[in-house]
Amino acid sequence: MGKIKYGYYPGCSLESTAKEYDLSVHTTAKLLDVELAELHDWNCCGASSGHCTNYELSLALPARNLAIAEKAGLNVAVACAACFLRFKQTNHDLRKNDALRQKVEKIMGVQYSGKVEVKHLLEIFGREVGLDEIGKRVKKPLKGLKLAAYYGCYLVRPPEVTQLDDAENPMLMDNLLRACGAETVDYTHKVECCGGSLLLARVDIVMKLVDDICQAALDAGAMGIVTACPLCMANLDTRQPKTHVPILHFTELTGLALGADKKDYGVWLKKHINSPIPVLKEKGLI
Amino acid sequence: MTVQLITEKGKETADLAFAREVEERSHAHLARCYQCNACSSGCPSAYQMDYTPHRLLRMVQLGLKDRVLNSNTFWICLSCETCATRCPNDIEIVLVMDALREMALKEGRKGTTKLPLFHGTFLGMVKMFGKVYELGLILVYTIASGNLLKIKGLMNDAVLGVRMFMRGKLAILPPRVKGKAEIKRMFEAAK
Repeated sequence: MGKIKYGYYPGCSLESTAKEYDLSVHTTAKLLDVELAELHDWNCCGASSGHCTNYELSLALPARNLAIAEKAGLNVAVACAACFLRFKQTNHDLRKNDALRQKVEKIMGVQYSGKVEVKHLLEIFGREVGLDEIGKRVKKPLKGLKLAAYYGCYLVRPPEVTQLDDAENPMLMDNLLRACGAETVDYTHKVECCGGSLLLARVDIVMKLVDDICQAALDAGAMGIVTACPLCMANLDTRQPKTHVPILHFTELTGLALGADKKDYGVWLKKHINSPIPVLKEKGLI
Repeated sequence: MTVQLITEKGKETADLAFAREVEERSHAHLARCYQCNACSSGCPSAYQMDYTPHRLLRMVQLGLKDRVLNSNTFWICLSCETCATRCPNDIEIVLVMDALREMALKEGRKGTTKLPLFHGTFLGMVKMFGKVYELGLILVYTIASGNLLKIKGLMNDAVLGVRMFMRGKLAILPPRVKGKAEIKRMFEAAK
C-alpha cells in the first residue's frame, strides 16, 4: 500500500481556539505515516451561519475548497465535524443536481466536478490506517483511562450525507480509543447536541446541554470526554456549569499512545480550560 | 390565496401559498407529517421554543405564516439533525428550518432572538477575511448584541476570555486568505 496522502482542511477554529487539535492532528498523522498537505489558501466553510441564512453560499464556500483540492489532485481530510458536514452536504447536493452545480460554479468563478472525496480524520486514522495497524504502533497504551467518546451531531447526522457510522450508537471513536488501550464507556449522550451555533447567542441553552452531557459521562464512570470537533470542544470545555470534566480531542490521545514527544504533548495539553493533566499523571501516562 | 381559520388564537388568516413556498424552498415533503411527535421529543432545544417542531410543521401546513415566521422556533433550532434523522416520514425538518430562516430574513422579520445578528456577524467576518476571525467575532457580537451591558455575563466571559488568551487559544490577529477578493465576490454573487 502506498503512503496515505490527503489535502488537509483544518478549518478556522484550529488556527485559534482549537490550536491543540491542529498540533495533535499533525503529531498523530506523522506517527502513522499519513501525509496531510494543507489546502492552499483555503477559506471558511460558512458553518451554521451559512446554511441558516443563504443556501447557495453555504454550498459555494465549501466548494471553493473542494475545487482547490481537485486542482491539486487530492481528496480532502477534514478535522472539524461541522466543516465535515458542510463539505459532505455540498458534494451530496451538487452530485445529484447538475444545474445547481453549474450555478455554484458561477458563484465561485471556478470549476468543480463534485468528485473529490471527503473524509473526517477519524475515518482516515480509524479505518484507512486501521485499528490493527494502530494497535501495533502503540507505544504507551492508555491503560486505566476510562473515557466517554462523544460524537455530537455532525459526524453522524444526517447519516445519508455523512455516511460515517451508526447515527444513534456510533463506535468508530470508541474502537480507536480502545485500540490505543483505553476503556470507553457506554452512556446516554454520545450523539446529543452540545449547543453548537448557540455558543455566543444563547449561552443558557448551551450550558444546559453541556451539563447534561458531562453528567451522563460522569454517571457512566468516565474520567474525561473525547471529541472530534473543535466546536464541541469549545462548548464542552468552556461552558460546564457545575462539573470540571477534562475534554480532549481524540488526536491528543492517539498522539500520546503512539509515543508523541513531551515537547509536543506538553504544549497541547496545557491549552485546556479543564486540565486533563492531573488524570493523565495519575494514570502514569505523562 | 388566504382563508380565515378559527384557531386557539381566535380568527387567524391562513396563507395557502406559504406552505407551498416552504415546500419549494426546502424540498421537504411537509404533507407527510402525521404529528407523531418524534421530532419534538428528541429535540434538545424544544424546551425554549415558542412552538415545538411538530407543532410548527402543522402550522406551516395550515399556512399560519405570521405566527410561524414571527416565532423563535427556527432561530433556536440547533440544526443538530436529530429530528430529521428520526422522522419516520423522512421529512428534512432542518431544511424546513433553513427555508423559514431565509424567508424571515427576506421579509425583515428579526424575531425575538439575537441569532440573525450572530449569523450576520459571523458571515461578515468570513466576507471580510475569508475565514472566521474568532476574537473579532466575539468582540463585535458582544458589543452589537448589547451583552456588554449585562455585567454578570460579561464578567464571566471576560474571565473566560483571559483564561483562553493565556493558554494561547485566541489568535489576536485576523486570519489571512489571499483569495479574499474572490470570496467577497462570491458573497455578492450569492445574494
